Amino acid sequence: MNKSEKARRQFLTRIGQGVAMAATGGLIWSYLIKEQANAAVLAIRPPGALDEPDFLAKCIKCGQCVVDCPYDTLMLAAPGDQAPIGTPFFKPRDIPCYMCEDIPCVKACPTGALDPALTDIDDARMGLAVIDIENCLSWLGLRCELCYRVCPLMDRAITTETNPRKISKHAMFVPIVHSDACTGCGMCEEACPTQEAAIRVLDPSLVQGKIGEHYRLGWKIDTKVTQDFKPVPRKGKGTKRPQGPAPGQDYLNEGISYD
Amino acid sequence: MQASERNIKLGPNGKPIRYYQVPKTLGGKLKAWRYMILRRILQFSTLLLFYGTFNWEWKLFERPVLSGNLSGSEILGLIPLADPFAVLQILLTGHWLENSVLIGALIVLAVYALIGGRVWCAWVCPINPVTDFAGWLRNRLGIANAISFNRNLRYTILVLTLVLSALTGVAAFEWVSPISMAHRGVVFGLGLGWMAVAGIFLFDLMILKHGWCGHVCPLGAFYAQVGRVAQLRIAFDTPTCTHCGECARVCPEPQVLNLKKASVAHMVASGECTNCGRCVTVCPEDTLKFDLRSHIKRSSITEPESVLPKEEKTI
Repeated sequence: MNKSEKARRQFLTRIGQGVAMAATGGLIWSYLIKEQANAAVLAIRPPGALDEPDFLAKCIKCGQCVVDCPYDTLMLAAPGDQAPIGTPFFKPRDIPCYMCEDIPCVKACPTGALDPALTDIDDARMGLAVIDIENCLSWLGLRCELCYRVCPLMDRAITTETNPRKISKHAMFVPIVHSDACTGCGMCEEACPTQEAAIRVLDPSLVQGKIGEHYRLGWKIDTKVTQDFKPVPRKGKGTKRPQGPAPGQDYLNEGISYD
Repeated sequence: MQASERNIKLGPNGKPIRYYQVPKTLGGKLKAWRYMILRRILQFSTLLLFYGTFNWEWKLFERPVLSGNLSGSEILGLIPLADPFAVLQILLTGHWLENSVLIGALIVLAVYALIGGRVWCAWVCPINPVTDFAGWLRNRLGIANAISFNRNLRYTILVLTLVLSALTGVAAFEWVSPISMAHRGVVFGLGLGWMAVAGIFLFDLMILKHGWCGHVCPLGAFYAQVGRVAQLRIAFDTPTCTHCGECARVCPEPQVLNLKKASVAHMVASGECTNCGRCVTVCPEDTLKFDLRSHIKRSSITEPESVLPKEEKTI
């Protein structure tokens, strides 16, 4: 190995070492970011917050929404809080969002992380109220319905249904949340009189299921699928039921008589 | 040769080398510390304005004085300001931003392009008092470096910040920045943010001199690039320099005081200079002064006979 080749090897090794250091640092760095981003579902965001990946990218963590919030609802996440560092969030049990009609937090946002297209606060989707029916006073049979009374969208986001109470003659007034109207403001959570709130606002992705496209709710005549559905006319003799044994094998019950 | 002559060393300009004397009077000390005092006033009053506007609802003309923090803010509800480095990172994630923050970032960028990019570092950044204190203390205690890094490490981290922003989809430095944690913390609540600040303090005190600001910080690296075109510079009056080395001893970025380059350019041209003014106050010959780049260029043209130092030594 001559001198120049040795120098060349050393040079290439140096470059390799530099790249390896940068890559290692970059991987640890990305991990820190990923870990923080995972905490995002625990944070209830201000009104108008974009979908989480876009919100996390666009929020510059300036806190102007926090400054302009007249009820001191919003906070900026400090390191150690259950939200990615520096992003605005609120704890509804402490101070809920009072749903200002002029939405000052959205107006304060300089980046558009809080969507300026949100002009009607009733369209905000900060989270979804969820009732723990095992610990809800109303569901236990007591009169309460505080969440229903304080809900700014009473009879839309929270309704009550009357059920007969077992054993006694009284009726139960059970609150039910409707996800199509609930803004996630958290006034219900703040008002809930139980020791630990029996109704609380959570990120919808933590609590909402999804039935999937392949289910057809045939009895729901207002669903599009049902309206489009037209019964295929049977071939042959009108509506006459097919005769004889049903198709398929009944081998499990072979030898049993039903008479 | 007489004894008195032997004891006096001469600089490359033929003049005897004098050294910086710490002033004995309070007035002299205050004069020597004038830039440091001004820097602390600016650093703390900026944070105080943010704090007062948020916590005490300070208003001027019925408008909030300074709303937000150093990542993004608004003066009197009218003039937006934003951290151009943060905005650059967000744009690299593939998200376009509202005009307000883009204008704010351009305003800040324009101001620093005029007065020196790293004026941010020495005059505004909340981490600067922490690292300055660590630097002062390590000098007092005579602590040696535990490790050494090339100062260009920060440019690697700068590039890494931009690449990771594009790859992870979030502003990579903003998510780990101890600077943002500090100024956000002062205004909106610190949480565990003190850990990051303490970490930087210990790193600068025990591990590496000027470790964070001089080697690691990508925001400083970004502003160093902005500062390449800056107007406000430290002018270097070549004929008066005796190469005593006092400036480089107090400078947090001593590589910018390359006297060979400075005597050619008649100024400290490097964007890595933070315009902190330390060198100006310690120079016993008044060789170094704040001046405008355009003015320095003009006066260097009118003085073609300016003497180059005989011994072109790098400190």
